[in-house]
Amino acid sequence: MSMGMVFALLGAASAASLAGIGSAMGVGIAGQAAAGVVSEDPGQFAKVLILQLLPGTQGIYGLLVAFITLSQVGILGGNMVTDTATGLMYLAACLPIALVGLMSGIYQGKTSVASIGIVAKRPDQFGKSMLFPAMVETYAILALLVSILAMTNIPA
Amino acid sequence: MAVVEMQKLSVCALRKNRKAILEALQRMGVMEIETHAVQEEGLEVMDTAASRTSFLKCVERLDSALDLLKSYAPEKEGLLSSLAGKQEVTSKECEAAIADKDAILEVANRMNACEKEIQECRGTIQKLQTRIEQMALWMPLDVSMSFSGTAQTAAFIGTLPCVCDEAALYAYASEGMEDPAAISTQIVYTEKDAVGVFVLCLKQDKKTVEDNLRKHGFARPAQIENGIPAEVATKLAARVEENEKQIATLKEEVASHKDMKDRFKILSDYFRNRAEKYRQLGMIPQTENAFFLEGWVPKAQAADVSALLSDKFDAVVETQDPGPKEEPPVMLHNNKFSQVVEGVLASYGLPQKGRLDPTFIMSIFYVIFFGMMLSDAGYGIVMAIGCGIVLLKFKKLDPGLKKSIQLFFWCGLSTTFWGFMYGGFFGDLIQVVATTYFGYTGGPILKPLWFEPIKDPMKLLMYCLLFGLIHLMTGLILQGVESLRHKDVVGFICDTLSWFMLVLGLVLILLPTDLFGGMAGTTFVFPPFVVTASYVMTVAGLLIILVMSGRRKKNKWPLRLALGLYDIYGITSWLSDVLSYSRLLALGLATGVIASIVNMMASMFGTGPVGPVIFIVICLFGHILNLAINALGAYVHTNRLQYVEFFGKFYEGGGEAFKPFNTDNKYIDIKEES
Repeated sequence: MSMGMVFALLGAASAASLAGIGSAMGVGIAGQAAAGVVSEDPGQFAKVLILQLLPGTQGIYGLLVAFITLSQVGILGGNMVTDTATGLMYLAACLPIALVGLMSGIYQGKTSVASIGIVAKRPDQFGKSMLFPAMVETYAILALLVSILAMTNIPA
Repeated sequence: MAVVEMQKLSVCALRKNRKAILEALQRMGVMEIETHAVQEEGLEVMDTAASRTSFLKCVERLDSALDLLKSYAPEKEGLLSSLAGKQEVTSKECEAAIADKDAILEVANRMNACEKEIQECRGTIQKLQTRIEQMALWMPLDVSMSFSGTAQTAAFIGTLPCVCDEAALYAYASEGMEDPAAISTQIVYTEKDAVGVFVLCLKQDKKTVEDNLRKHGFARPAQIENGIPAEVATKLAARVEENEKQIATLKEEVASHKDMKDRFKILSDYFRNRAEKYRQLGMIPQTENAFFLEGWVPKAQAADVSALLSDKFDAVVETQDPGPKEEPPVMLHNNKFSQVVEGVLASYGLPQKGRLDPTFIMSIFYVIFFGMMLSDAGYGIVMAIGCGIVLLKFKKLDPGLKKSIQLFFWCGLSTTFWGFMYGGFFGDLIQVVATTYFGYTGGPILKPLWFEPIKDPMKLLMYCLLFGLIHLMTGLILQGVESLRHKDVVGFICDTLSWFMLVLGLVLILLPTDLFGGMAGTTFVFPPFVVTASYVMTVAGLLIILVMSGRRKKNKWPLRLALGLYDIYGITSWLSDVLSYSRLLALGLATGVIASIVNMMASMFGTGPVGPVIFIVICLFGHILNLAINALGAYVHTNRLQYVEFFGKFYEGGGEAFKPFNTDNKYIDIKEES
């Protein structure tokens, strides 16, 4: 096994794990707030569940980039990467979603908590409350985009 | 795409017809009654608060009776029963229930009283159980807990906060006594950090023994039961059982009224509507013989309402268009397809007076963008069929819910379309099944109609930004239309046309550059006149914005130009708005790639006997999860593109929704007999 493969794997692992950690923390704190609202008003379950799930996407983006990396570097069959420089390129391509996923997941979770507060006080303002966490997600999407674009354009 | 025109009706009628008129209006349900503070002399409002409160109390009692029936006599409900809508009752049933309302209320009261008793019994049981628990440790004691001695002896029952055995206790208690034999000690129970003790001594030694015990922290139990612990416990347990039986009887009594359920529902709605009528009644100014009423009615129905009032009730009705300072309530009216996004619009804010209703244009972009983000034919078909079944099966859905489901039906169709464009059907399910189980080795079976995004994401990114630009430009055009509708030609040229020229010019300048060519992989070559035109447009747009943005500042030129420069800086917001549409690509890719991951994991278990079973289980689970999370993402981000990017260009919410005075039934739908 070459050094290139080690770096590429490191990239895939960091994309999946860092973004996953971000989402887990975000969904976690949002879930605590959501449970509090449901204990007072069970009718808001569906709304707060949606808000809780919003920070969950970073983990999925991380998984996605990890999967593309794994399939491109040949872990899942095909030609293995042997070149160290190529491996490092894959690692670099994974970094945007790994780092942004971690931080944006956490902050989107915090924003979701605040939005769950809106739903608790004014259930009719659900449409607007959904928007605030979606703003944070923009940056995760941009990072995902850069990761994918970089990944698919690395010369084999 | 329209906001329904409203007209104001002013009604003046005889006071004796007051209730009849309100009832007629409530039945029609097309008028929003305006309320004014009464200031003129001779006008007064009736105080209806008391009767309204009493009606609302009836509603409350009936609703809680219904809740009780739900918990004590639960009926089997299907998973989708919440979609079934309101219960249908005939007007005959309705009248019967209303005629019998006192008896029915009596039953509801009785049920609520039962519930109160049940709660009391539960409280008693709780208390009894605490007592039993406290007694539990003292069970070995065979005298009453309140036993304090006989004629000759004194007894101490209590706890010591230490762990000691019988000998130690004896030593503690008999310390310094003349005749240590004249004392009996017993350890009743031992806990981790305390012991329960029973000490008996002669009466003359009482003081010494008490002091001795106190020195070691003796304390009498907090709760002293009168009687031998074992016997007391039995008695208490019997009382618990008694109370439980009582609860069961009461529950049965409540449940025995379950055939009253429909009547409760009818009456609850009946009182709710009467309360609403009295609320309106309490706000209507009146004199001794007449009353006045003002309200908004959709223009189409205004004639009907005024005819009804003047023919049937001899009322004087005046119809007016809204004045320049009046803000009529907003009701939207759109074609069958577009009205499904009215809810999305309403949750941002309804259009203000005189503004366009963007529902129609928004509905088209909404459905397209949702489809691009979810972009899997399989998921789209599942969504469309699921929503279709719900729509066909449940005819009486709540109108708001019905619109949402219709919206997702259309979004499902759009998702199917984009799925076939991108060549995704549950990811690459067909391909995976063919290669794993049927040994297929050829090229792709389901070819994309357009191209596969993962193969050329750059190309799709460019298209996404193009769609975004079209969406934003549409918003800008709508702003221009709005200016022209208000005859604001200067505003149209300065705020709309200038930006249109600037943005279009910049795009045309950008397209043939190497920078763009390098990103998109294709180069545009424009004929010279287009190149010239693009520069002219850009410069003209820039100049107009620079000079005219601060036109309200008149002749304060330095300030005016500074404002213009600041506005030109707004070009950066256009850049970020357009880039924001890259989420169309990113979310579309996410769906497809995760679906492929699911398929790949499912196919790992080979072709053996269990392979296909595991394949189906993983596929079902994985695809449902992927559909759910990506549909949520598509919904949230389509809303965002509409609210932030599109509406940011032209739209302002803030209109008040039209809330007609009507019969607002929570439980029932009255079926008119034909």
